[in-house]
Amino acid sequence: MKTIQAHISDSKIRRQRLMDKSFQGATTLFAGFVFVLLVSIIISLFIGGWQALSTFGPAFLVTDEWNPVTEKFGALVPIYGTLVSSLIALLIAVPIGFGIAVFLTEVAPHWMRRPVGTAIELLAAIPSIIYGMWGLFVFAPVMANHVQPWLQNHFGEVAVIGPLFQGAPLGIGMLPAGIILGIMIIPFIAAIMRDVFVTTPQFLKESAYAMGATTWEVVWHVVLPYTRVGAIGGIFLGLGRALGETMAITFIIGNAHRLNISLFEPGNSISSTLANEFTEAVGSVHTSSLVALGLVLFMITFVVLALAKLMLISLQSRDQRRR
Amino acid sequence: MYKQLKQAAIASVVALGFIAGSTQATTLMNGAGSTFVYPILAKWADTYKTKANMSVNYQSIGSGGGIKQIKAKTVDFGASDKPLNTKELDESGLLQFPVVMGGVVPVANLPGIKPGELKLTGPVLADIYLGKIKTWDDAAIAKLNPGVKLPSEKIAAVSRADGSGTTYIFTHYLSKVSPEFKEKIGNNTSVSWPTGVSGKGNEGVASYVQRIKGAIGYVEYAYALQNKMTYAQLQNKAGKFVSPDSTSFQAAAASADWAHTPGFDLMLTDQAGAGSWPITGATFILVHKNQDKPENAQHVLQFFDWAYRHGDKLAEQLDYVPMPAAVVKLVEETWKKEIKDTGGKAVWTEALIQK
Amino acid sequence: MDWRYLRRRTLNIVNLSGSVLATLFGLVWLFWILWVTFSAGFSAIDWNLFTQDTPPPGGQGGLANAIVGSLMMVGIATLIGTPIGILAGTYLAEFGNNKFMAGVIRFINDILLSAPSIIIGLFIYELVVVRIGHFSGLAGALALSIILLPVVIRTTEEMLRLVPNTLREAALALGAPRWKVITLVAYRAALSGILTGVLLAIARIAGETAPLLFTALNNQFWSTDLNQPMANLPVVIFQFAMSPYPEWQTLAWAGSLLITLSVLALSIVARILLRKAKMESQ
Repeated sequence: MKTIQAHISDSKIRRQRLMDKSFQGATTLFAGFVFVLLVSIIISLFIGGWQALSTFGPAFLVTDEWNPVTEKFGALVPIYGTLVSSLIALLIAVPIGFGIAVFLTEVAPHWMRRPVGTAIELLAAIPSIIYGMWGLFVFAPVMANHVQPWLQNHFGEVAVIGPLFQGAPLGIGMLPAGIILGIMIIPFIAAIMRDVFVTTPQFLKESAYAMGATTWEVVWHVVLPYTRVGAIGGIFLGLGRALGETMAITFIIGNAHRLNISLFEPGNSISSTLANEFTEAVGSVHTSSLVALGLVLFMITFVVLALAKLMLISLQSRDQRRR
Repeated sequence: MYKQLKQAAIASVVALGFIAGSTQATTLMNGAGSTFVYPILAKWADTYKTKANMSVNYQSIGSGGGIKQIKAKTVDFGASDKPLNTKELDESGLLQFPVVMGGVVPVANLPGIKPGELKLTGPVLADIYLGKIKTWDDAAIAKLNPGVKLPSEKIAAVSRADGSGTTYIFTHYLSKVSPEFKEKIGNNTSVSWPTGVSGKGNEGVASYVQRIKGAIGYVEYAYALQNKMTYAQLQNKAGKFVSPDSTSFQAAAASADWAHTPGFDLMLTDQAGAGSWPITGATFILVHKNQDKPENAQHVLQFFDWAYRHGDKLAEQLDYVPMPAAVVKLVEETWKKEIKDTGGKAVWTEALIQK
Repeated sequence: MDWRYLRRRTLNIVNLSGSVLATLFGLVWLFWILWVTFSAGFSAIDWNLFTQDTPPPGGQGGLANAIVGSLMMVGIATLIGTPIGILAGTYLAEFGNNKFMAGVIRFINDILLSAPSIIIGLFIYELVVVRIGHFSGLAGALALSIILLPVVIRTTEEMLRLVPNTLREAALALGAPRWKVITLVAYRAALSGILTGVLLAIARIAGETAPLLFTALNNQFWSTDLNQPMANLPVVIFQFAMSPYPEWQTLAWAGSLLITLSVLALSIVARILLRKAKMESQ
């Protein structure tokens, strides 16, 4: 029996191996580029912010003065604004996002699920500057003329939460900024929660139904505990988005470097401070303080996003182990 | 389908490449800075483009930004309503010259009150921005405005969020007339405001005042004019209440002694004279004294020379005050003397003047 | 009937209705925002919008230079970021299955995906704008490409993973070298998916404003010179929206409408392609 030998010359084999190695090398190189990029960003932020950090030390994070005249800068007001507006955003987006996820996975008839899901995802696609514009032109007047006076009349005198609603109803300020931010991150939280909810194994849910549980009980007592970690990961992801958001807030946060309990008062966030002041900062201390602010923001979002990712990974691996 | 997609992609890449590499038909000059001067500078640039085929791209990012960008040489000229002192000019190798004058006016959002009907004084204005006067029907304001129905709304004091020459002029005046303001807030392009919201640029302040009921803000007069805002009268040094317009700005500018001020470092607030507007100021153009790209400098100077000679009418339409001819002569002599290229030769000559 | 059972039933109905209300709540905002954008911007959509440049305050004009500037910067960002992203995604999907480094890179990539875009602008300002000495369209394009990159990497990896290994094994059995297996077989199979990723990434950067604030700045005139500040829709919208001039505000709405329509169109096309890709791989 004659064996058919395909004769490939040595040089051709060598060339193919070379191509293989180069291709793999190229892909590895570009993948490594991502790592280099992250490190470069952190380094350049550190270098830029070094002057401020060394001048003010760790007190930079808790000083509330921001005075370009005396060249004393402290990050407390922007950090406070970033955290408070994101908190308000979460208070709105988490319940709503959860509700939407429940609707899409349990309540909606099957023919409705895709269109409604797509509509919610389109909300995520709208660029943030549109939110900002809409917030300034449409939402702020509504807040100023209707919502804020109502809140002030009904809750302004109440014991603990009263101070939250003091001040002139400007329509712009911490509360409107937080609300717009909340609307912005609803789709992110809703999408992730829906994605994690569908990973719940059918047999778990069916067992619960078999014992006579209502739909809500299945969601609350079976699905949510099972996907708890992933759901929290989704919330953290939404938080990460909210912390870094610039354009939606800059229009209506009011740009005031003052610390105020009242949600009606204007404030500032890290990203809107950067957007407003960076191109005009005169003096190296001012510029360096702004870059240091950027570094603080990057660190905060890095930690939040890393936690989110870890939580989502652990859910994924648990999901895979079950299969 | 994908073959056509690929062809389309290649075609668009080639096209983009051609567009990107194409040479400019018009020369492009970049400037940045004061929003105070932006309305007239934009009009001049627009007209100049048709006359001299040169585009002057001006970004109104605030005087602070203008100073920073020209120092960093990321633009060809900067514009600032805060004049730099001679020490700072020498340190950064910059030359400054005044290009036009205008007035900063307080504007308010008070439905029912006509422009010019509201009367204020410097100390009262200072107290509003200090947060001491909180509502419009406060006794101090009511005393100045007998017969005017003032609402009991809270005052929202709108200020500038960015580094602003307009803020510099405004706080310069308020520091002169209110010692408490000088001590607590001070005079600078960016200060720590104890109350109110802040907008970006003169545009941002005007925009916020338009939106927020009971707001008061300070803007360059052209902004109040173009947007039909309710401006207030102010009591000047002579004790008279004046309305902001080109007459009162000119009255304030009349006593300016540019010739004997080194580096043109002059402020025009709280000037004497019965008809003077108390918050008048000039915008200064900043260029580098040593030019390693002399053609760029020549184009910039040609533009401003044109603005001096042919831009007066446009300036007056927006109630800016053009520089008097004697000052223009002085400025151009300074150009000839101070702006040199790397070889030491003067960049500006009379031959560059366009008719 | 047992009161406990009644309570459970009621709780069920109440909470499920709550979820319906929540969905309506979300949809209401979507429609309200879209409605306002359409109605406010529609009146300004005419031929002038695309042929005239941005006007000085109080004047009439269009958005031609901003549109072209945005198209150029988005185009160049895509050209820079897509090859790098596809190759990096290829590494993660084909070569990086059990390596620790691949896991780290995947992790970092997902963080960059959601990182604040203003920080990217800050980074490019320090790296490029200060070095060159002035703002430029190129710096803006670079900033956008860094934002585009993680999206392309993520979707490329996911799409390549969807390609069944049987295809790859068949090609290897025929004697094809590894690189041909990937480029001629895997890529072709995952093409619509990878394209989806690129489209979604473009949709993402089309609306980004913050990174352009300190890199490309803005330009009130027509300029296609990458080495100069370049007009772009988002920054123009930002400037015009915060101004007190009605003509500028109308143009800002028109620009917002243009961006929203492009982003929505890209997202919908991407979605259709994605469904096609998922169906093909099954």
